[in-house]
Amino acid sequence: MEDPHFVDAKPSFIRVVNQADVLIEGGAALEAGWLPPILDSARNPRISAGSPGRVVAAQGIRLLEVPTQLDRSMGDVHPQGNPHFMLDPVAAKTVAQTIQTAFCAVDGARCPDYEVGLRRFRDAVDAKLATWQAALAPLKGTKVVTYHKDFDYFFERFGMEVVGTLEPKPGIPPSPTHLTELIPRMRAEHVRLIVIEPFRERNNPDFVAENTGARVLVLPAMPDGKDAPDYLSLIDSDIRRLVDTLRAAPATS
Amino acid sequence: MGKVSRRVGMAIAVLALGVAALPRGVRAENEELRRELEAMRKQLKQMQEQLEKQAEINQKQEELIRKLTAQTTAPPAPAPAPAAAPPSPPSQPAPSAPAPEKPREPWSPTQPITILSGARGYLNLSFDALMDFGWSTTPDVTTIERGDHDPLQRGFTLPNEEIFLDGAVDPYFKGVADLVFKLDENNETEVELEEVYLTTTALPWNLQAKGGQFFTEFGRINQQHPHAWDFVDQPLVIGRMFGPEGLRNPGARLSWLAPTPFYSEAFLTVQNSHGGTAFSFRNADEELFGRPPLERRVRNPGDLLYAPRYAASFDLTDSQTVVAGLSGAFAPNASGPNTRTQIYGGDLYWKWKPPWQAGGFPFASWQTEALGRRYEAGAATLERPGLPTVALPRETLFDWGVYSQVLYGFTQRWVAGLRGDWVSGDRGANSRSSDSSTTMTTASSLAMTAPCGCRSSSCSARTRLTSSNERERRHHGNDPTIAQHEPSDPLDGPRAWGRRQAQGRRDHSRPRRRRARCRGR
Repeated sequence: MEDPHFVDAKPSFIRVVNQADVLIEGGAALEAGWLPPILDSARNPRISAGSPGRVVAAQGIRLLEVPTQLDRSMGDVHPQGNPHFMLDPVAAKTVAQTIQTAFCAVDGARCPDYEVGLRRFRDAVDAKLATWQAALAPLKGTKVVTYHKDFDYFFERFGMEVVGTLEPKPGIPPSPTHLTELIPRMRAEHVRLIVIEPFRERNNPDFVAENTGARVLVLPAMPDGKDAPDYLSLIDSDIRRLVDTLRAAPATS
Repeated sequence: MGKVSRRVGMAIAVLALGVAALPRGVRAENEELRRELEAMRKQLKQMQEQLEKQAEINQKQEELIRKLTAQTTAPPAPAPAPAAAPPSPPSQPAPSAPAPEKPREPWSPTQPITILSGARGYLNLSFDALMDFGWSTTPDVTTIERGDHDPLQRGFTLPNEEIFLDGAVDPYFKGVADLVFKLDENNETEVELEEVYLTTTALPWNLQAKGGQFFTEFGRINQQHPHAWDFVDQPLVIGRMFGPEGLRNPGARLSWLAPTPFYSEAFLTVQNSHGGTAFSFRNADEELFGRPPLERRVRNPGDLLYAPRYAASFDLTDSQTVVAGLSGAFAPNASGPNTRTQIYGGDLYWKWKPPWQAGGFPFASWQTEALGRRYEAGAATLERPGLPTVALPRETLFDWGVYSQVLYGFTQRWVAGLRGDWVSGDRGANSRSSDSSTTMTTASSLAMTAPCGCRSSSCSARTRLTSSNERERRHHGNDPTIAQHEPSDPLDGPRAWGRRQAQGRRDHSRPRRRRARCRGR
């Protein structure tokens, strides 16, 4: 549930990474702020870069928004592209495949078990995907605004369109200048929904909602161990909330 | 997929050339034009075929490599299990990728080429610049700002501009270099090789070795670079024990990560014990406690600096972490032929950051360090023209100090801090600084930080405002206010986890350092 960009490199992580056989990193530089020092101190060659135990989840994923130009004036842009791909269930299947491959390389004896697990996960996603797509089919083309650029993969998968973010640039808090530009644009494009993660402040989203008639919807971007204990239930509940909110929100003019 | 799209890109380029050539053909003859086109088409087809062949060969080679890697890394695995490919070729599709992914965008010259990056560059590079603006009631700012990277004068100071390089040297070593530039009061540029060291990455038994020139792993603030501090200047007690430049020297360090259920690490550092960066030790440049320093040579390994440290950390809850450490530093000092210094330190760090944090805020932290010094001062006779001769006995002197600071990140990008420090008077110090007073300072800080935490190069900017007030028995009323803007990248290691510290103040117990000698830290 934590803001994944700002995890602290706690010393206790060093111990955990020190004893790990496999390290799965999201990749696309999502963890670049805190993982490297942990790895330096963990002194674990099993998970060093290039080892079979080092899994980069982003491998094989088509990343969105790979910057064509890059410097710090653009905010917290990830040099390899938008790293929030896990909210696309199809990408999740690719990630599961990557993980299974690594597990087999590290622990060959139990490879058949991992293959079974992978197949089960893929089948589950495929079964759900049809339901999800059916549920969201009537909402195709709906325009939404998000707080940060972390639902882009999700909405792209289900045919909805992210037309703006409350942040003027990734990682830069909403500024009045940006919001005064965003609000008329949202009105003009009839945006009915503002999607934010649970850890975001509410002042700016509520302000924009008031001024545009759009609704603020809090969508978890990570399993939280409570309402959404695992990945499938996370997507499930996110889609349910999305459908419920949009059904309740009449189209504004 | 990458290969396919690359081919598309090339074909387009060839076609574009063809179109550009058309007008001339039109003006000439249709027949000729057709022939030219035909020839081009053939050429294009040939090129495509060649490319396809090349792609096939590439694929075969990749497969072969994958098979070979699988064989060497995981012999018990059933043959088709390929080893995880190294993270470098991100375009390589996972074997039997389940769903049809959209093809990658064709490569274009505007696409970024990674030269330096956090994840997979050869080198991480950052430039960390400190720029100070300071004012104080005393015109001589260096009497109250002891650190070499503290503001040095009324007005503007650029006390620490560093180029930080790090990267893997080979599969077994990681290298770090930190080159510091600074402007002194006369606006002369000073250059300093502040830190250069190698760290092992693959020693057995949870050991890690480090060799080169580096900050001694003693306490918390000594290991951190000035741009990572929360206050503009360094703590008083650190200045007193370790001097303006901190404790660092060429040497080696071995650390052991203990297999305990919590984080627990033991360090032993052995370094040279001389020079201004070993301030309380064989430091021939500084007159400590009135004793003129002697040139002492290294007679045996016992004359080197030995610095053990133990640190442990506990996660009290999901949102609270404590790190505690004990450190020591032992080496001869320059006040006599057989005199030694022992410095002991304890440090404690607590941080609260709730799981619902956004952008690293809110948070609160508390950091305290206490240091004590046992200084064997040699006998000395001071003869000054016009003054009576003073005989100083051989004696053992003790002094100590503590600083404590609280930080509160109350809203995104804003941090308020308060620090207090205290050092004891120097018992038995020489007659020229006979005040046996204690010195207390308080500093308050307000910092604005840009987001940090996404990449390891050129990461953050902070503007810190520190105002401090110093009280000492005989002097009152120095109120320097220091503002600093610092576009920087705090590359702190996990032992420097979290935020960092601050401040510093006047110390009357020793003669003012000679500025000309000061070097960067």
